[in-house]
Amino acid sequence: MEGAKPNRFEVRIHGRGGQGVVTAAELLSVAAFEEGHHAQAFPSFGSERTGAPVVSFCRLDAVPIRTREPVAEPDALIVQDPTLLHQVDLFSGFGPDGYLLLNSGRSFEELGLEDLLQRHRPERLLAVPAGEIARRNLGRPLPNAALLGGFAALTGRLRLESVQDAIRKRFSGRAGEGNAAAAAECFELVSERVGGMARA
Amino acid sequence: MLRQTEGSAAVAETVVSCRPEVVCAYPISPQTHIVEGISDLVRAGELEHCEYMMVESEFAAMSVCIGASAAGARTYTATASQGLLYMAEALFNASGLGLPIVMTVANRAIGAPINIWNDHSDSMSQRDSGWIQLYAETNQEAVDLHVQAFKLAEQLSLPVMVCMDGFILTHAYERIDIPERDAVHSFLPPFEPNQVLDPADPMTIGAMVGPEAYTEVKYLAHAKQMQALDTIPAVAEEFEAAFGRPSGGLLRGYRIEDAETVVVALGSVLGTIEDTIDEMREEGVRIGAMAIKSFRPFPLGEVREALAGAERVLVLEKALAVGVGGIVSANVRIALSGIQQQGYTVIAGLGGRPITGASLRQLFDDAIADRLPPLTFLDMDWARVESELKRLAEGGRSGAHAENILREAGIVAGRSH
Amino acid sequence: MSEAADRARSDAEKRHQRVRFYQVGSHVVGNRLLDPEQRTVQARTDRSNAITSGHRACRGCGEALGARYVLDAAMRATGGKLIAANATGCLEVFSTPFPESSWQLPWIHSVFGNAPAVASGIAAAQRAKGREDVRVIGQGGDGGTVDIGFGCLSGMFERGDDVLYVCYDNEAYMNTGVQRSGATPPAARTANTKPIGEHPGNPFGQGKDVPRIAMAHGIPYVATATVAEQHDLERKVETAMGIRGARYIHVFVPCPLGWGSQSQDTIKLARLVKETGLFPVFEAFDGELGEVSKIRRPTPVEEYLKLQRRYAHLFGENGHPEIVERLQAIADRNIREYGLLAEDGEEVRW
Repeated sequence: MEGAKPNRFEVRIHGRGGQGVVTAAELLSVAAFEEGHHAQAFPSFGSERTGAPVVSFCRLDAVPIRTREPVAEPDALIVQDPTLLHQVDLFSGFGPDGYLLLNSGRSFEELGLEDLLQRHRPERLLAVPAGEIARRNLGRPLPNAALLGGFAALTGRLRLESVQDAIRKRFSGRAGEGNAAAAAECFELVSERVGGMARA
Repeated sequence: MLRQTEGSAAVAETVVSCRPEVVCAYPISPQTHIVEGISDLVRAGELEHCEYMMVESEFAAMSVCIGASAAGARTYTATASQGLLYMAEALFNASGLGLPIVMTVANRAIGAPINIWNDHSDSMSQRDSGWIQLYAETNQEAVDLHVQAFKLAEQLSLPVMVCMDGFILTHAYERIDIPERDAVHSFLPPFEPNQVLDPADPMTIGAMVGPEAYTEVKYLAHAKQMQALDTIPAVAEEFEAAFGRPSGGLLRGYRIEDAETVVVALGSVLGTIEDTIDEMREEGVRIGAMAIKSFRPFPLGEVREALAGAERVLVLEKALAVGVGGIVSANVRIALSGIQQQGYTVIAGLGGRPITGASLRQLFDDAIADRLPPLTFLDMDWARVESELKRLAEGGRSGAHAENILREAGIVAGRSH
Repeated sequence: MSEAADRARSDAEKRHQRVRFYQVGSHVVGNRLLDPEQRTVQARTDRSNAITSGHRACRGCGEALGARYVLDAAMRATGGKLIAANATGCLEVFSTPFPESSWQLPWIHSVFGNAPAVASGIAAAQRAKGREDVRVIGQGGDGGTVDIGFGCLSGMFERGDDVLYVCYDNEAYMNTGVQRSGATPPAARTANTKPIGEHPGNPFGQGKDVPRIAMAHGIPYVATATVAEQHDLERKVETAMGIRGARYIHVFVPCPLGWGSQSQDTIKLARLVKETGLFPVFEAFDGELGEVSKIRRPTPVEEYLKLQRRYAHLFGENGHPEIVERLQAIADRNIREYGLLAEDGEEVRW
């Protein structure tokens, strides 16, 4: 179906309840709307409140989006909680050209994910310490905003400013500023790493 | 105003623009964001002269609505699933008394087994309650239908249910053009009831009616719904003229004019169906879709006209009439009686099981090749079912199937130690 | 006065029986002998007749009386600005035989279990429309109040909705053929608590004391009353209508058909249930017990029970004196707990 939808870009976000996985998808969609895209964000969760695995989805397109099915073949994966790695089938439908942003201070090798680097395009796979970045800017290790900044840099699909606008609209005062700063820091980090990989 | 927002939030805002005077709130997933949103707006002073009542059950919610509506107030509530069932008695009462209550049903499956995800079992179970039932395909349409619903209800003196898929629509963020408050106020004149509880002109409402008159009274309820077959398109037209976009009405055809195969469905699944249809059309397949917007009254004449020319009709539905099969398809069959055609009923998406484009593609290919039995269940795990049926045939434990399946799968501990 | 005169008077009192004229200066009957201002609403020619004649109640129906007393009093207290929501039951059925209606006030019947909620909705509509001068009464029998309507009743209390709810308690589901409710007293015969087997009649240890439960909700006004004491009942309705918020009145209404009593004994039974102590008559403000209606003439429960065939199995050859004793114990306990007996020298005003 990809040929029929040249501008379709689908994101799947994994995390645990309480980490703002649903909010992340919503913010992505608001940022995309700001830039004139069509965007659809929706969650898939159970009835538990915190700690249980949660998935959310965001579709971007240049034309109205009609389909309502879950994202089966993500163009980009955002993983907010590395403890999900060997618990949930995170990589289902993840194609060879996909982008991956994983919240972790460790490398893919350290996480036992070398084969991922073989099967995909390594310059599109990044592990970033988003929780740490969040803790520094926000006082709490809530990685979602940081990861969205990273997503913008990694995929080039959205501008950092749009992401920050969406964040500030949702969170007021210091929470808004802290999250926006976390997004910026992660954006910078990812830009550097991607630039570095391109040069390498 | 165009915004990227949550379906529930958009509905809440729009309902507030419709200026209900009494709103009843009892929480049930997945409607909670709607009643919460309305509470915030009322508290913030966005809606004057509105009593927001936090009631003790859904039965109470509908009952408070009945009292308020009978006393001349524009009234609103929202529910889903178990909550809709809990107010079943009051639903029939509201329609029988001709009260123009508007209610959002955030479609959700009914237990047992308990399930919080989307299907149409809830509103389908109350299809004969005398309420008008409208189904939204998108959050934009859900928002638009609420505005239309108040007008419809008050013109016809009948209650209206606006059905929107739970989680799939209620919890989805998408681009929605929220109707401007002033435009809604112009579209919706103040409620002027034709019968009202008022000390200045006392009347008795709710008397017992015996065999000598009940049939006539009941027929009049049916006659009003027949009238709605004209009023619904009329209000939809008025809405389009006022707000500049089509929504609602009785039916909507998609690439149906020359279609040999037509897929009939209600609600949000139509989006995925249309994507699949476009793909197949690219390959030259003559396939189209028909969205039913008004399920009650059921537009028999319009359905017949739209489908008469097709070779095959596939009705895809999110509810199951246990013991017989399809519900929507049964209604469609009535419309098509006498016409020779291949008809397929497909039960899909029960309890929130996702309906994927890939599965639909396979399904439609099978239908066109006439490989489908008359009744199918999309993406059914037959192995699991067959193993449970076999176990039962061998004299296995009776009781709840869900628990038995889990026990067999080793998920539930057999015994405590 | 001189000592001698005192003594003479005291002797005279001992020789002669003091005659009290219950017709005058008491709270019992209509009192045509009273000044017009002191008469009951029922004794006035300008009463509203909110439930007017022509309804299909049984002869001697206590509920029809109760509804008439309550609603006319409420109409007077509110200047006729009153709306009623009625549960399914005898009152609703006998008052609205389509196409006729006895109701001369705005009145709605919805379903069995939702009268309190419907009343709440009507009150909410009045608030939304800025018409808080219009007041609301919810009403129903014991079945619709104590059992199936209980959830809605509690919700109405808890929210403090501006509704007076009146329960007409004839101690069973009468309209459907006299089945047991949560208000049916112990030992009473009903269609499903017959005097068959080891424990004849309704079991002991069951039932709900809804007036006390209402008090526990802390609502501004709770009262009990009977149809024997018209002034008292009317006064309580008037008091209630002078208060805003959730209010509850529980009215004891005999049912000749269901109880197997004589239609002419309806008022007598209502008087006796109070005089025995079986049905305490009181009012309570904000959850605290207020005035209590004292017993005029202490009466053994037997005098009350013997007038009703629903208790016939307790008497006679195969009777159950031990059950009568248990019922007497209940009455005695009420008398103790509520202080129903007048103190020495205390005049019983009621």
